[in-house]
Amino acid sequence: MSAPIDIQPGETFTLNVGPQHPATHGVLRVKLEMDGEYIVHAETVLGYIHRMHELMGENRTYPQVLPNLSRLDYLGALGYTHGHVLAVERACGIEVPERAEYIRAITVELNRVASHLFWFGAFVMDLGGFTPLMYAIQDREYILDMLERVTGSRLTYCYYRFGGLYNDIDDEFIPAAKAFIPRMRESLKKYDALVTGNIILQKRLKDIGPLSKDICKRYGATGPVARGSGIDYDVRKNEPYSVYPEFDFDIPVYHECDSFARYKVRMDEMEQSLRIIEQGLEKLPDGPIMPKKKPKLIKPPVGDYYQAVETARGNFGIRIVSDGGKNAYRFKLRSPTYSNMHLFDEACEGMLIMDALALMGSLDLVIPEIDR
Amino acid sequence: MGAYFSEIFRGLQSLAIGMGITFREFFKPVVTVSYPMETIKMSERYRGHTELVENEDGTPKCVACGMCQRACPSKSISLASKSVEYEVEVKGEIKTKKKKVLTKYNLNFTTCSLCGQCVESCNFGAIDFSKDYNLASSRKEDFHFDLLERLKERNS
Ligand code: SF4
Ligand code: SF4
Repeated sequence: MSAPIDIQPGETFTLNVGPQHPATHGVLRVKLEMDGEYIVHAETVLGYIHRMHELMGENRTYPQVLPNLSRLDYLGALGYTHGHVLAVERACGIEVPERAEYIRAITVELNRVASHLFWFGAFVMDLGGFTPLMYAIQDREYILDMLERVTGSRLTYCYYRFGGLYNDIDDEFIPAAKAFIPRMRESLKKYDALVTGNIILQKRLKDIGPLSKDICKRYGATGPVARGSGIDYDVRKNEPYSVYPEFDFDIPVYHECDSFARYKVRMDEMEQSLRIIEQGLEKLPDGPIMPKKKPKLIKPPVGDYYQAVETARGNFGIRIVSDGGKNAYRFKLRSPTYSNMHLFDEACEGMLIMDALALMGSLDLVIPEIDR
Repeated sequence: MGAYFSEIFRGLQSLAIGMGITFREFFKPVVTVSYPMETIKMSERYRGHTELVENEDGTPKCVACGMCQRACPSKSISLASKSVEYEVEVKGEIKTKKKKVLTKYNLNFTTCSLCGQCVESCNFGAIDFSKDYNLASSRKEDFHFDLLERLKERNS
């Protein structure tokens, strides 16, 4: 028989959450120094699934890197591949046909909705509610089916090409997407009644896990995390790219700074994405999906190129330094959750462990994207 | 005091609304399939592992040019060829010419990322994605596909 642990008042102990723990949604380890139920100090430990995507970007030719980008964030992969192709197109000066850009915007937004839906389900499950995950996955399934029909894969897409797309959308895509929008709006209403209005959820999230504007700025947090803290920043509006200036949509911003604000931001963003998809389908021009003149070999001229895009998780930046060769000299990825996660260490000090896990869920971490 | 009770009331009400929604969902049709008994048809563009495309006479279209091998980011393709002589009639004369014939086309599916670079780089339309997805095994070797062998099996 083991002797009972004798903890003296004021004594702390170390608790490891992860690397194999459902609450961390992946191989992330959080070292917590606990005083009873309260966190004294937290430290996130990374490196369990580092795959050297940046180095691969420097060792492979430009087209060969295409599949890598969707392996960063497997929930919202299209946003990342979009950033990559835009960066290389900017470097090489490739003109993209309008139809291709519209299809890109539509599919990226669909992917954003899918990503937020999965976050919604997983987040509510973190808080102890299982049913919403099932509803969310059912809705997400419609999106995955649509995307599978055009891209050929369900999660790790390799659909965009430098200059355009791998193939055009088929006849079924447009009616399916048009039917999806009202169905998704119904579902959002359902989620509002089922989850948002739920007293338990509100008690667990309101005024819990405050992230001040200041801490978001210091750590470089972007995306819904920053927008839940009153920072009105979205790359689609602030540094417009692709065909986003053509669309009429709003950026939801909440000033409460708590976990509930971040929850609300993402729920509202789904509606805004639906608006973009709706307008995109309406305006979708006819025409080619690949430019007529496209360099056979992708060899950007010597220079330093940067492109930022708004993915489901925030500002994703990609920097390509070219020495004129077939491979990039430097291939730097700035991933949003890397910054979003690091504020967790500071923000969770003095919190109850259950509240801290709710805060972590509201950050929407995807570990392969942090540890790329 | 009044606020206290009204919060309890609103809380209970929100739970009842939630229960109502799950109760209604209970009677909605089932959307899942019971997998091994039922399967779903893969869409037209579904990307399974690659496979060789054949001519009408059953021989592979592939001319062993090696473009796909070079384009593959993960070095998943290895192929070999031999050159054979064959005779053609050009303007009444019989001439012997040489051509490359594929003798081996191996795909290491454990490293393939289904990116499509090989399919895109082939100028002869000689490879395409299959619709296979029932691929489970505990042995790594089961994913080293001999595509030429598979092509023969398909034809027999
Ligand atoms: S799909 Fe991509 S990774 Fe797979 S064999 Fe073809 S080129 Fe290689
Ligand atoms: S499959 Fe196509 S690209 Fe590959 S060796 Fe054969 S002909 Fe060449």
